[in-house]
Amino acid sequence: MWKSGLSFQWNFNLGEPSSDLIMQEKELLPHLFRTEYRKIISVLVRHFGFEQFAFAEDIASDTFLIAAETWGLKGLPENPVGWLYTVAKNKARDLVKRNAIFQHKVRVAVISDEKSDPETDIDLSEENIKDSQLQMMFAIADPILSMESQIALILRILCGFGIEEIADAFLTNKETIHKRLTRAKEKIRSAQIKIILPSSGEINQRVDAVLTSLYLLFNEGYYSSNHDSVLRKDFCLEAMRLTLLLIENEKTNKPSVDALFALMCFHSSRFDARVDDKGEIIRYEEQNVELWNEELILKGHYYLNKASRGKELSSYHIEAAIGYWHTIKDDSTEKWDNILQLYNQLLFIRYSPVTALNRTYALSKVKGKTVAIEEAEKLGLTNNHLYHVLLGYLFTGSENTKAVRHLKTALKLAKTDRERNLIRKDLKKVWEYGSMGV
Amino acid sequence: MNEFLLIFRRDFKTNGIQPSPEQLQNMMKEWQNWMGSIAARNKLANSGNRLSDEGKVVKPGAIVTNGPYVEIKEAIGGYIIIKAESMDEAAEISKGCPILTIGGNVEVRTIVPMEL
Repeated sequence: MWKSGLSFQWNFNLGEPSSDLIMQEKELLPHLFRTEYRKIISVLVRHFGFEQFAFAEDIASDTFLIAAETWGLKGLPENPVGWLYTVAKNKARDLVKRNAIFQHKVRVAVISDEKSDPETDIDLSEENIKDSQLQMMFAIADPILSMESQIALILRILCGFGIEEIADAFLTNKETIHKRLTRAKEKIRSAQIKIILPSSGEINQRVDAVLTSLYLLFNEGYYSSNHDSVLRKDFCLEAMRLTLLLIENEKTNKPSVDALFALMCFHSSRFDARVDDKGEIIRYEEQNVELWNEELILKGHYYLNKASRGKELSSYHIEAAIGYWHTIKDDSTEKWDNILQLYNQLLFIRYSPVTALNRTYALSKVKGKTVAIEEAEKLGLTNNHLYHVLLGYLFTGSENTKAVRHLKTALKLAKTDRERNLIRKDLKKVWEYGSMGV
Repeated sequence: MNEFLLIFRRDFKTNGIQPSPEQLQNMMKEWQNWMGSIAARNKLANSGNRLSDEGKVVKPGAIVTNGPYVEIKEAIGGYIIIKAESMDEAAEISKGCPILTIGGNVEVRTIVPMEL
């Protein structure tokens, strides 16, 4: 089966990569798999209903199989995307004709006029693709599904990631993800969740659920250190692309959506600065600020301004503001005091261990390391490796023995090689201090 | 883990000891930092409210007097609810409250859980 192409470009206009980036034939099909598979799936599932999900997947997969065979023999068609759509439509029509059960169950229900040609009913226009994907987002973000299942479904259906890639992202195996997806689809079917936009009365609450899953998808790409940097970028890009779909539709374009998008822009502006050429993570304070992406920072400004209309102050607003201050290159007390106050606000709305740790880092920048150590030790997060990384940082230079002890504990608790490499670098710093007699 | 109500009181009346607007402004940040420190331990149950110094006291016999503090100098300026293992821990947390730096005090009370 096709592995989705990972050669996706980091494209700042957030649209599809321009055609000159994908000139080469062998790169084209994996690329199209990534951009078109998900569109075909969304349109087919919306057309036939969730109960025919496997059917839609078969059609989409077959379409790409046929493309691989045909293009390999005869060369590229003039309009590859149009070619894929035509094949998908024909496949759908053939299968509808051939499959008696399908015919009985779906054709009668969906196509009221028996004489009409189902081909004409599958609408792969740009508008219908967008609508289908947007509605699919709401169907997936249904509260009956666990957050883990929602993200797996988004990655599979709306982003076109392979089962293996999703398994990698969740640090688990293919079987687990396969089961998770199957169970989630079963739940959607049995709950008869409709693939439609919620009513205007319901939409605010439902947008929140969609935003949560997009936020987590973005974070999966941005923070988790268990996959390569290309895949991480892809996760972030996909989360941004789907958030833009919400922004483009006036029914779902809420200030909190703009705020989430601004936050994503600010964070991803550091993508190239936070990973070195070996794929190792570079901590914020050690990044080359010249590599911060101005274009994305400006985009963030635009959407943060847009998010400020109305009275709503979501946690995304606060996080976007924190993101904004992180794009300021000057390492001033003012900057960190603002960040500290925003972390305070964020904690008032919602506690999370990472927020508590980040707040304590900001506190050290404003009030000094001694005050921060006192506060850090009260956090009660001794099982969290990042807690020990923070204390390691705070003790470095003053009490190096303690710093080493914390960093060694962090090393034991860390879950991935990349994290361990980062902690080893921190340890090296402490030893450098030690050898200078500080 | 129990919940505790922290009630902040200070003298709003006596002239000459009232903080200047500038001092109050600076104190805002200290309040945020103190509450942030509680929240960072996941022990802030409710960030409570600040109270204005206007108020009335209603007594039996339809007697309504102006001001919440006609007979005493100290008045309640605000409250928050925290989570703590014990009254001692709640009292310990209260020691960092900025109101103590301007002559106020914190009353710590255990919230009795609602019987269901």
